[in-house]
Amino acid sequence: MKKELIELRVNGRTHELALEPSKLLLDTLREDLQLTGSKRGCDDSSCGACTVQVDGIPVLSCTLLAASCEGQEITTVEGVSEHGSLAAIQKAYGDWGGAQCGFCTPGFMMTVKHLMAENPDPTEQEVRAALSGNLCRCTGYSQMYEAIKAAIEAEQKGMAAAK
Amino acid sequence: MNEFSVIGKRIAMVDAAGKTTGAGKYTDDLSVPGMLVGKILHSPYPHARIKRIATSRAAKLDGVVAVVTGKDARNPYGILPVGHDEHALALDKVRYVGDNVACVAAVSETIAEKALELIDVEYELLPGYFDPEESMKAQTDLIHDNKPHNIEKDYHHVFGDPDKALAEADCVMEGRFIANEVTHAAMEPHSTLAAFEIDSQTGKPGRLTVWSSTQVPYYLQHKLSLVLEMPMAQIRVIKPLVGGGFGGKSEVIPLEIIAAIAARAARAPVKITYTREEVFWAHRGRPRTIIDLKTGVKKDGTITAVKARVVQDGGGYCSYGVVTILYSGALLGALYDIPNIGYDGYRVLTNKPACGAMRGHGTVNVRFAFESQLDEIALKLNLDPAEIRRRNLLKPPCVTVNNLRVQSYGLPECIEQVVERSKWRERKGKLSRGRGLGIACSHYVSGAANSIIRSDMPHSTVNIKIDRDGGVVVYTGTSEIGQGSDTMTAQVAAEVLGCSLGRVKIVAADTDLTPIDIGSYSSRVTFMAGNATLRAAEEVKKQIALAAARKMDCAPEELVFRDDLIVRGDDFGKGFAGEGARATQSEASVSGHVEGQILRGSLQQKRKDEGPKDQMTFEEAVVAAIDSHGALTGTGSYAPPLEARGGKHKGAGVGPSPAYSYSAQVAEVTVDEETGEVTVHKVWAAHDCGRALNPVSVEGQIIGSVWMGMGQALTEEMVWKDGMLMNPGMLEYRSPSSVESPEVEPIIVESIDPEGPFGAKECSEGSLAATIPAISNAIYDAVGIRLHECPFTPERVLAALRALKKSKHINLTEGVDPAAPTRFREHGGALCFRGKGPERHALDPGRREATVEAGGDD
Repeated sequence: MKKELIELRVNGRTHELALEPSKLLLDTLREDLQLTGSKRGCDDSSCGACTVQVDGIPVLSCTLLAASCEGQEITTVEGVSEHGSLAAIQKAYGDWGGAQCGFCTPGFMMTVKHLMAENPDPTEQEVRAALSGNLCRCTGYSQMYEAIKAAIEAEQKGMAAAK
Repeated sequence: MNEFSVIGKRIAMVDAAGKTTGAGKYTDDLSVPGMLVGKILHSPYPHARIKRIATSRAAKLDGVVAVVTGKDARNPYGILPVGHDEHALALDKVRYVGDNVACVAAVSETIAEKALELIDVEYELLPGYFDPEESMKAQTDLIHDNKPHNIEKDYHHVFGDPDKALAEADCVMEGRFIANEVTHAAMEPHSTLAAFEIDSQTGKPGRLTVWSSTQVPYYLQHKLSLVLEMPMAQIRVIKPLVGGGFGGKSEVIPLEIIAAIAARAARAPVKITYTREEVFWAHRGRPRTIIDLKTGVKKDGTITAVKARVVQDGGGYCSYGVVTILYSGALLGALYDIPNIGYDGYRVLTNKPACGAMRGHGTVNVRFAFESQLDEIALKLNLDPAEIRRRNLLKPPCVTVNNLRVQSYGLPECIEQVVERSKWRERKGKLSRGRGLGIACSHYVSGAANSIIRSDMPHSTVNIKIDRDGGVVVYTGTSEIGQGSDTMTAQVAAEVLGCSLGRVKIVAADTDLTPIDIGSYSSRVTFMAGNATLRAAEEVKKQIALAAARKMDCAPEELVFRDDLIVRGDDFGKGFAGEGARATQSEASVSGHVEGQILRGSLQQKRKDEGPKDQMTFEEAVVAAIDSHGALTGTGSYAPPLEARGGKHKGAGVGPSPAYSYSAQVAEVTVDEETGEVTVHKVWAAHDCGRALNPVSVEGQIIGSVWMGMGQALTEEMVWKDGMLMNPGMLEYRSPSSVESPEVEPIIVESIDPEGPFGAKECSEGSLAATIPAISNAIYDAVGIRLHECPFTPERVLAALRALKKSKHINLTEGVDPAAPTRFREHGGALCFRGKGPERHALDPGRREATVEAGGDD
C-alpha cells in the first residue's frame, strides 16, 4: 500500500509521518514515534492495554487507523506526567500497588485520567464501571481503587493549595 | 524507635514510575537496527505426521530473509532433564493444534504473514487423544513413542498405612472432583528478540544476545546452548520488564528458541512476539485434573488418612508435568496433620498444548477437592467447618509423614483472623437463603528445596558493589516479573547496610552481569534471593564496620548502621543481626566491655581535640573502608539446608521447601437460583508470609492470588473441541473484569520464619488454592449444593439446583452436566453441540425418560 504524508499531534507535539493508510494508531505510536508506553495485549480489542486519549476520550489505539486521527489531539501515557514529575494518579498507582507487572498500567492511566476529569468524585461503583474495559491480571483491581481515591484527594488538596 | 528502618514499610516498588509513565521497556518495546519480524506457522491438526514441508515459495517472496524449519535445530529440549521431548520447530510430528512448524523472518509483519501462507506442509493425520482417561487406554499412534499408554509419568506413594487407617476410621468420605483447565493469561504476550554479534577474531557470527520475557533467564541460556550447540558463555540472556508470568514464562517457550534459530539463519536480529491466540497455544497452564479422593476421620474430626488418585491432562509435551503431578501428591502434607497418605498420580499426554507450572503449581486442584471434602465430612459429623480445620493442625516444628519439614506455622492465627473478621460464628449458616459463607485453607512452598537441574550449586547468588560515591549496586539474577523482586532486593540490602533505599541500584537478570539465580518460580525469590542478598550485604557491612570502627575508636560490633548514618549504639552488637553477629563474636570478646571503656575514654579525649567523631555518614564510612581495604564488594549465596530437602523415595525431590506459607480464607457469596449465577461479595484472606517486607506488595499478592482463584472458581476455563481451543481470547476466556471482582480483605499474619530473610516467606501463590474451595463451601452454605467440578458456571450450578429440587442424587462429574450434551466432553465445556440439541444427563431428573446409561453418547 502506498504511503501518505500525515500530520499527527501527539502529546502536544506535531509529527509529520509517511504512513500506509491502513496503519493502526497503536503501531504508529510504537514503531514510528517510539512511544512504546501503549501496549498490545490482545488481538481483538478486549484488553485495553493500548488505550490512548483522542481529544480527551479514551479509545483503543489497536482498532483505530492513524490516518483517521489527523487534526485530533492524541495523548498517550507518555504525555501524562506533568512537568517531568509523576502526575498524582501515577504516584498513587505506585504508592498503593495499583501496578504490579505494569503492562496494563498505561491503559489504565488513560482511562482513569478520563474518569477523574469527567467525574471528580466517583463512587466505587462508578470507578468499577469505568475500569471495566481494561483488564489486569495481577492486582485483582482492589489496590487500584485505593490509588484512585488517593489521587483524587491529592489533586483536590493541590487545587485547594493553589487557590 | 522501630526495629527496622526500611523493612516492613509500605513503599512503592522501585520500578513503579517506569510502569506508570510508560518509560519502562518490555521485550516487545525494544528494537535494534536491522531487526526483522519473525512469524511462526502453526499446525492446524492436533496429531499428525509431517511428510513434507516446502518453503521455497515463501523464501522467494520479496522481503523474506529466512525460512526455518525443524531441520535447522534438531536437538530436543525441555525444562526438566527427564522431559527433553520438545523441538522448537516440529521435526517429524505435530502434537497439538498450534504446534510450531516453521518460522519466517521478514522485513515486516505483513510480509511474514503472507509468506506463511506460501509454506506448503503435507500432513498424515493420526488419531488424536483429547481426554486423559481415554488417552491412558491408547495402544497405537502414541503421542510420544517412548511413553506407553500416553502416560508421561505415574507415581504411587504410600506413607504410613492409609488402608489400615481408613478401615479404622469412624467416617470415610469418598468422591470425584474435577477442575478444568485454566491458563495464566498474563497481560504481556511472550516476546523474544535475538541478535548475533560478529566475532572480531573469526569474522563470523559469534555471541548471541537474547532479550526475552522470561522468568528463568538462566534456564533459557542453558536450553539455548543445548539446542543451538553453542557454549553457554557465548549466550547472553537479558530480561527486560516482564508483563506478568504466573508460571507461563517459567520455562523455555518455543518462540525463545525459534527467534534465535531464525536470527542465525537470517544473519540479522529477529524479534518474535506472540499474538494472544499464540499465547493460548503456548499455554503451560494448570491442567484439567480429575481427583478421586478418600478421607477418613475419627468421630472428633481428626483425620486418620487420605488417599488420592489424580489424573492430569498434561497436553502434548512433558513441560513441568512430572513436577506438577508430584506436587499434587506431596502437598497433601504440610498443611494439616495427616498421619497416613496414599497417592497415585498419573500425568497423561493428550493432543493439546502442554500444561506446565501455574501459580500454586500442582496444589490448587487437589486442594479444591480436599477442602470441599473436609466440609462434607464436617457436615456429616455435625462439626463447624472452622473447628474441624483447627482440630487437624500440625504441631511444628515437625516433619510430616511424607518428609516435609515444617517450622514456622501461622495457620492457627490465619484461621482465627478470618473467623473473627468475617463474623463467622455469628453469621455462618444464619444468612438469608441464597447467601452463604465458606472457609478453606491452603499453603505453598517458599521455593523448592531442590532445583530442577540437580546440582550442589547455590540456588541464588548476589553480588554487591559499593563505590566511593556511596552508591550501592546489587547484582542479582532474580527476575522481576511484577511481583516486586527488585524492590525486595533493594529493601533487604538497604536495611542491612543501614542506608536509604535511594542509594540502592538494582542490576538484575542479565546473565553477563549477574550471578546465577535459578529464576522466579515456586515462590522462591524472597526466601532464597532475599537470603543471598542479606548475606552479601552483611559481608560488605562487616568491611565498612571495621574501617568505621577504626575511625571512631570503638569495636565494630558497637556500631549501628541506620538511615545513612553509622553511630555507636549503646546496645552492644545491636547493629549486627544473624550471621554477622556470630561471625564477629570472637572479636567482640577480645575488644569487649573492659577495653571498650578505655576506647571510649580516649575517643572523648580525641573529640575534645578534633571535635565530635562519634558518628560517620554512610559515605564517609564507605570511603574509609575503600581506603583501608580496597574495593568494597560482597557476595552472598543461598542453598536450602540439607534437612529441608525431603526424603529418599522416588519423587521425593518435589514438595520439600525450607518454609511453607499458610492461608485461611472465608468467602461470602450469593447464588441466584433463577440464573445459576454465583457472585462473590467479599473474601477475607489471611496469609502467613513470615514477615511482610513490604506490606503493600504482600497485600497486592494476596489479593491477586485470591482474585485469580476466584476466576478459576467461577468463570475461567479453556474449552476444547476436538483439540481446538474454543476461547483463545481475553474476553472469551473470561478473566474477571473490575465489575466482577469482589472486595478482598487481605490480612497479614507474621510467623517470623527462623530461616527466612528477616523472617519472611512467600506470599504470591499460597493464597490462590484456598479461594476455590472457600467459594464452593460458601455455595453449599447458600443453597445446599455441593459442586464437584469447577469452574462453578451457571450451567453447573443450575444443574445441581435442579437435582437438589428433585432430591435425587446426581454426581455431575460422572458423565456430563445435565444441561450439556454428553458428547464432546473432553473439557467440560458446553459451548456448542452437535445434532439435535442438548442431551440431558442420564440421571438428570429433568430428562423425560431416564433410561439411557450415564455418560453415553448422543
